[in-house]
Amino acid sequence: MDRRGALKVLGLAGSALTALVGLPKLAMASWAKTAFEARSGADALQGLYGGNATTPSDAVKLKAPDIAENGAVVPIEVETDMDAESIAILIEKNPSPLAGSFDLPAGTKALVKTRVRMGETTNVTAVVKSGGKLYTATKEVKVTIGGCGG
Amino acid sequence: MTTIRIKAKERAGIVDVKSLMKHPMETGLRKDKDGNIIPPHFIQEIVAENNGAVVFSGSFNTSISKDPYLSFQYSGKKGDKLTLSWTDNQGQKESSTVDVG
Repeated sequence: MDRRGALKVLGLAGSALTALVGLPKLAMASWAKTAFEARSGADALQGLYGGNATTPSDAVKLKAPDIAENGAVVPIEVETDMDAESIAILIEKNPSPLAGSFDLPAGTKALVKTRVRMGETTNVTAVVKSGGKLYTATKEVKVTIGGCGG
Repeated sequence: MTTIRIKAKERAGIVDVKSLMKHPMETGLRKDKDGNIIPPHFIQEIVAENNGAVVFSGSFNTSISKDPYLSFQYSGKKGDKLTLSWTDNQGQKESSTVDVG
């Protein structure tokens, strides 16, 4: 093999390695920019799930306080007995309504607890993706002191 | 010293995870004393791996509170190694591993 050939082989092996090592990382860096920067819940769901047709469902359990004294730290809990692939939390009146999205591999319970900010009294919607469809539960949280600073 | 605190306890085959991640979670909407906008700085991606297999992953936006709290449950057992990692919008990363108790 001459020098040129050897270099070519090395180059190919290099790109194959990059592809092998690089792909899983690309798959993990999945922050859905269009969804998270969307200004409406409908646009956020379109960007996140490729569709925004939702059905309210009693099977989606959303726990949030009736009144949040401090809008900077509002505990939110979403749970369902449905076979869920993904859970998302929308805060309607925040500048970017989509607060978070969570992927649930098989064997992981459809349960997420976290704490969110809200600038004013607003509806919070829990979205559960199950069998390719989106199911929701919505609750209004009254905020006495907004949590977004300014 | 990691800045992620994790508690992972197994009961009846289900591991209950509670975690606190130290992070400013700046929205990019706040201003400092001089009226300059404080640039956004927030965790975007979270991945939890049990013995190397992804058991939970998620994305945060700026509306997650400062020093994010995250809790979830998955199938596992005592002695498993749980690793929680995050990446923020400035490319910083942090990771912590605990034994499931």
